[in-house]
Amino acid sequence: MSSETPDIVTSDTDASRTAREQTYRVLFLLCGLLSILTTVAIILTLLGDALTFWNEVPITDFLLGTNWSPQIEGEYGVLPLVSGTLMITVGSALIALPIGVLTAIYLSEYASERIRAILKPTLEILAGVPTVVYGFFALVYITPILENIFPTIGTFNALSASIVVGIMIIPMVSSLSEDAMSAVPDSLRNASYGLGATKFEVSTTVVVPSAVSGIVSSFILALSRAIGETMAVTIAAGSTARLFDGSDPIGSFLLSTETMTAAMINIGKSDVDPTSLTYKSLFAIGLTLFAITFTMNVISNLVAARYREEYE
Amino acid sequence: MSSESNTTKSEPTEETTTDESSDRLIDTAAVSTTADESRQQSNSMIADTVIETRNLDVHYGETQALDSIDLEIPENQVTALIGPSGCGKSTFLRCINRMNDLVDSARIDGELFFRGKNVYDDDVDPVALRRKIGMVFQHPNPFPKSIYDNVAYGLRIQDDTENLDERVEQALKDAALWDEVKDQLDSSALDLSGGQQQRLCIARAIAVGPEVILMDEPASALDPIATSKIEDLIEELAEKYTVVIVTHNMQQAARISDQTAVFLTGGELVEVDDTQKIFENPDSQRVEDYITGKFG
Ligand SMILES: Nc1ncnc2c1ncn2[C@@H]1O[C@H](COP(=O)(O)OP(=O)(O)O)[C@@H](O)[C@H]1O
Ligand SMILES: [Mg+2]
Repeated sequence: MSSETPDIVTSDTDASRTAREQTYRVLFLLCGLLSILTTVAIILTLLGDALTFWNEVPITDFLLGTNWSPQIEGEYGVLPLVSGTLMITVGSALIALPIGVLTAIYLSEYASERIRAILKPTLEILAGVPTVVYGFFALVYITPILENIFPTIGTFNALSASIVVGIMIIPMVSSLSEDAMSAVPDSLRNASYGLGATKFEVSTTVVVPSAVSGIVSSFILALSRAIGETMAVTIAAGSTARLFDGSDPIGSFLLSTETMTAAMINIGKSDVDPTSLTYKSLFAIGLTLFAITFTMNVISNLVAARYREEYE
Repeated sequence: MSSESNTTKSEPTEETTTDESSDRLIDTAAVSTTADESRQQSNSMIADTVIETRNLDVHYGETQALDSIDLEIPENQVTALIGPSGCGKSTFLRCINRMNDLVDSARIDGELFFRGKNVYDDDVDPVALRRKIGMVFQHPNPFPKSIYDNVAYGLRIQDDTENLDERVEQALKDAALWDEVKDQLDSSALDLSGGQQQRLCIARAIAVGPEVILMDEPASALDPIATSKIEDLIEELAEKYTVVIVTHNMQQAARISDQTAVFLTGGELVEVDDTQKIFENPDSQRVEDYITGKFG
């Protein structure tokens, strides 16, 4: 009988195979859950400690206060730290976004196969250099060079930190943007060339607009990276919490500045009592930082989704 | 530019690069006027040769794709290039507007004259050349932009935006697409059907006022109804433009072309003649075998 039955009826071995499949399924599910649980646990810890901090320091004082001096004056206004983070982010963006996109256009549209094969991995190595090295690079090389242009520049200053963070995130922008540009089908380039476009026109009127969702995503990821950057800015920009002075923007960049991440490091490595208010403020800053980067990631996804719709 | 330039091969050509390296040398208005005038001429006399190749060889690296091609393409007619796949039809087409320049491994020898000027001369600007010799590809490739922006694209990159609306409308009318899209010019070209997209690509190509339109199997990705619309359109286009079309569909070549060139394996041009002659009574036995389906 078994010889007549077509080979599609489940046998014992098939049953055990189904059981095995089921096991794998559960295993993979558990791994997925683990990462979600970790994330949730981190957020809850942050939230718990931040809330006990905000019980003692009103959240409005924290978010709107313009003086950050936890140990000496007991002032917990986070704005100077946010200002420091924004300065580094904007400063590094001014460097990294244009250079990154132009590099991506060069790699995707102009570079020969051989140059690309050398340049792209080299750029990606830049992304692998430990950030502490970037910090010392800023302190030891960039600041002395800047001193020739701005004699009043401080040993620790926001400008060299911005430059070095900018250099650090260029590979992220160029690599992700280049991926997006390379994914633009050649048929569109041919259409444009066929209409008498120059290489430059093909790049600017077809390739970049078609790759815009990937380019914008790369920007936002790079900015998130700049916002979260810690070691390099702590070393290069120092630890003087200071609100950005709109009347003297360049001067502000020449002075030492403390970012949110640097403030957290400074609290963490000082020997404050873990039950003290100062120590708990660390979690309030952490949660604020998380809220900022989380928002940026959401925006990035929205942007990507929106433009992808238009493209396909 | 005058209509006389159509009758002489020695006329200095407009696609020549100048010292100012200007690539805005083409006056599209003048070009279309010329096309109109020359159509009237060609109705009353034997068609002029617009494109002529002599000993045209193409290699991709070591592979030879075209072997010593001599071919004349008459004005305001449809010339069909047929032959089995891999015989170099697309390669030939891409030589005419120098799209092969974009292929690093391609090497072109011999001469290819466009109105008497060898387009492979050093002083020819391929960008200007491509504005006079438009191209339509095998798969519709509209830009991910609006219908209007697709048609306006070529004029905009030339900064030639005078009366843009009217010219976009005219191009869409000439491509037999206007009635279908006139109320949705701002919607994405990608929302059109495949056949509409291909006619949009034709509108985009003719908007810049080319003299010649190259088409590489323009209907091969389309259904029969869309195909027949494209075929009708091609016959109409031949009143204003010189059309060179690659097709692997022999009925299509027989239906729409005036002249047919048969390429066979090895990049060899075996026979070129009036379409009727090729399909009814070819000189070459190999062409007859190919057309009757004995091989290829
Ligand atoms: N970009 C290219 N690089 C290398 N070889 C190519 C390229 N394009 C075409 N060829 C080769 O040239 C020959 C002719 O190709 P093609 O012109 O596309 O033929 P057809 O259009 O008649 O099918 C083929 O052997 C093909 O493999
Ligand atoms: Mg082909």
